[in-house]
This record gives sequence, structure tokens and C-alpha cells, in this order.
Amino acid sequence: MEAFNAEKIRKDFPLLRKGIVYLDNAATTQKPLQVINAISEYYTEYNANIHRGVYAISVRSTTAYEEAHQKAANFINASIEEVIFTPGTTGSLNMLAYTLVPTLKPGDEIVLTEMEHHSNLVPWQQLAKERGLAVRFIPLAKDMTLDMAKAEKLITDKTRIVSVTHMSNALGTITPIQEIAELCRRHGALLVVDGAQSIPHMKIDVKALNCDFFAFSAHKLFGPTGLGVLYGKKEHLKNMKPFLYGGDMIREVRFEDSTWNDLPWKFEAGTPDISGAIGFAASLDYISRIGMEHIHSYESELLDYCLTELRKIEGITLYGPGSYGPGSGKQGPIISFNLDGIHAHDVATILDREHIAIRGGHHCAMPLMKKLGISGTSRISLAFYNTKEDIDRAVRALRRAREVFSR
Amino acid sequence: MNRQLEDTREDEIKQEDEIYRENILDHYRNPHNSRILKDPDISRIEFNPLCGDQIHLFLKIQNGSIRDAAFQGIGCAISQASASMLTDRVKGMPLDQAKRMGREDIVSMLAIPISAVRMKCASLSLKALHNGIEEWENKK
Repeated sequence: MEAFNAEKIRKDFPLLRKGIVYLDNAATTQKPLQVINAISEYYTEYNANIHRGVYAISVRSTTAYEEAHQKAANFINASIEEVIFTPGTTGSLNMLAYTLVPTLKPGDEIVLTEMEHHSNLVPWQQLAKERGLAVRFIPLAKDMTLDMAKAEKLITDKTRIVSVTHMSNALGTITPIQEIAELCRRHGALLVVDGAQSIPHMKIDVKALNCDFFAFSAHKLFGPTGLGVLYGKKEHLKNMKPFLYGGDMIREVRFEDSTWNDLPWKFEAGTPDISGAIGFAASLDYISRIGMEHIHSYESELLDYCLTELRKIEGITLYGPGSYGPGSGKQGPIISFNLDGIHAHDVATILDREHIAIRGGHHCAMPLMKKLGISGTSRISLAFYNTKEDIDRAVRALRRAREVFSR
Repeated sequence: MNRQLEDTREDEIKQEDEIYRENILDHYRNPHNSRILKDPDISRIEFNPLCGDQIHLFLKIQNGSIRDAAFQGIGCAISQASASMLTDRVKGMPLDQAKRMGREDIVSMLAIPISAVRMKCASLSLKALHNGIEEWENKK
């Protein structure tokens, strides 16, 4: 494996070559040519439906589609039977909520955290409401990490499902999944992990995490939009009802009844996002070539640099665990902040004028923002193609924003 | 950075000063009509979930015209400045004319270029105006 070189990597990303400083990677990442070309190659060379035709191009597309599952499985240390392709993290979490919550009984409880993205809050909230079940929220400690003492009290023998983010998209906070898994095991609860933000930044091993389900999206991992993964332990998936009924997910259909295809196809009804899967496989190859350990150590350095430089700006408030000292594994490269007296949207508009893309708003975490007593934050989120120069330019523009508003 | 972008950057930085010109910042820092109207005929809250902007518009109606207008709000400079300007503008205005006010009126009041995304912020108070009047007329 060659040494990590961000400048060289940037050349693979057509949009970055246009001079944009892209710091909204938690929303979606840019795509390398390798991914764009793989999708284009599928449509120009072997566009055909999968699991149907016996002709050559259908065999090729079927093989590529199944290979994408194997690559995704390898990427998170799962088996291919445990990897279901979905429309994205939101799709994965909704499918789970719709399938799992109806199996709960009166008195059962669901536990989430106060920093969940709406997509890991609303599905559980709404389905629990239909059945009159309680949803409990693990609060944050003062340092913006998850309050594990409270978690220990909230996860009880009544808890059937615990669904938590692995890395908060609004604060960057990293959740101690293994500790929560331990609590879940003790009380016999299922653990669902929203890995949408963690997967681009850290090596994911679902066995080491000891979770029952793990959801993520391809587009936050340098792959195409419209495709995600739901990992589930085989023992659970075997007993679960299919999410959708239709073609490709069946073994045998009679007028009276039907039986289901093998895992994971039992959960993938209809013609799937074949080109997306092929692009996704190319993105996994791309990341694997760079190496997750290289990405992780480079991004940790960038995060520390970014926090250090931001802290120097007068009138700034940082919100993540990293604002209470060095990140030390408590915060991923997602940095939320506010400039005194300037709304996050005004900050983003001023930075946009200099071709710097950052996010401003509530980050789909409205209950958390309310709890923090703010209407939103500005957010810088990094990827391995970002450089210290990107951060310097953003920091300079933030200083300009302060000048504009203090005129 | 490629050359074309470098060239346009200078202009755009000037434009940036433009979008947060003194006039808008003045309205943002010291909004006009920022108070609660007692016994308003129309009281309408609009919320922009995109960025958390909130406008609570109050109107007093007399003889088919807006006698007084005020608002309370939180949010970005664009949303708050436009509410400040709009409440100034509609005082004394016949309801029929107020109903006909459109986004183009907001843009001309702000006198800056507004992107499609920021239009949601800029037109929040207009939305409160339209929905508030409609609600009031339906109640009558």
C-alpha cells in the first residue's frame, strides 16, 4: 500500500478539480472517477436485469450485483447473507422499524438517544405511538458525549430495541457501541446502529461492535445516491418477515401462498438499483485501496487542526466533545459551531460566495437543537480528500463573516 | 483553483458585501415593528424547518385595510430583515393589495439577489401575511 497523499487523491474527484472547497461531507461525499466510470460502464456495456436472463450481459450484471453484496459484507466483516441493499440509511431504519415494532408487546420499550437524526427517531416514535409503546431517550452529558450512567438506568428488562447513532451528524459525537451492546445483551434487547456517519471515517466490524443491525448509505461513502445497506445478524433475518413482496424475493408462488428466497434476496423485492450497486462496489474498492487505517489517521490529524484553528476565532462556540479537549476518539471529523450574533444560514451564505460549501441549520436533529437552546449550527464535515488549506480558507472566510456582521 | 473561478471570485466577494449590505444588517440588528400587538385581528406563526427561522406576524385590520403590523421572530438576517421591511410596507395597505404581494416585492424590497434556497427565508413573512389573511377571511 502506498503512502497516503491527499493531493494525489483529489485528482480522482472531478468536482474537487473545479476549485470548490467541499466541507459538507456529512451530507454527501463527492464521487471519484472510478465510481462514475463503473456506473457508466454498466449502462454502456452490460445493462441487463439481474437474476433472470441466461444471456451473457445478464449473467455479467447478476455477477456484478452479487459481488457488490460480497464486497459490502467484507467491508464490515459480515457474510453475504447478512447484507441487504436498501434505498439508503433512512430506508434501512424504516424497514426495520416497520418489521420489528409490530412484534413488540404492551409494556415493551424502545430506547434511542437525544442526538438521533430524524430518520432514526421518527420511524420508532410513530410506530411505537401506534402500539402505545414508550420510547426513552438517553441524554447527553455536559461534555456532549452520551451519558452512559443514564443509559444504564434507561436500558432495562422492558427494553426490546435500542437504536443509536454511531456518530452524531449534528455534533460528531462517537457513541460507545460496545458498551451499549453489553447493556443490550444483559437485558435481552436488540441493538440497531445508525452507521451513516461513522462508516466513512472508521473501520467497521459488526462482529466486534456486537450489534444486531447496522445501517448505512453508499453516497456518504463516495458511492452513488439511492443505495444503502442494512446489515442484520443471520439468526434474526431468517425469522423476520420480508419488508416488501414482489419479484425476485420469492422461491415459489401459488395462488394460496408463497415461500421466500434465500438470504439476503428475501429482502430485496423488485428490480434493485443495479447501477448503484455497481458504483457502490467501485467505491468500496477505492476506499480499500487507500486503506481505512490511513484515512482514519489522516482525518484525525485534520480534525485536530480544524478544532485548533476554529478555537482561535473570536466569538465562536463549538458544540462537540472535541471542544472540551482533544478529540481522543470521542468525536469524528464533524464539527458544529456558531459565530456569536450570526445565524448559521448567513454564515453558510457568506462562505458560499467564496466557493466554500458548509452546512447551516438543524441537521435533521430538531429535538437536540431545542435541548441545546439553539435554532441551528454551522457544520464543517471532513473527508480524506480535504486538506489543511481547505480548513485555512474556511477559517479565513469565517473571520470575514464576522467582519461583515460587525460593520 | 482554475482560472475562471479565480476571476469570478473577486466579483462574488463584492457580491457578498452586497447581500449583507448595511440596509439589511440594520433591519436585522434593529428590526422595525418588532413587538407583540395587543388584541390583533390576525396572529400567524410561520416556521421554516429548513433553517429554523420563525416569524410570528400580528396585524390589526380596519375597514379592509391593515391598520398596524408587527412581528416577533428568530432566524437569519434575510428572514428577519424581510419581516422588518414587510411590516413597514403593509401598514395602511388595503387587504386586497396585501394579498397580491408576491416574492418579487420581497426581492425588490431587499434589493439583493436571493438564491432559490434563501427565498424560503426571504418570503417567510410574506407566507405569514398571506396565510394570516386567508385564515382571518375564512373565519369571518
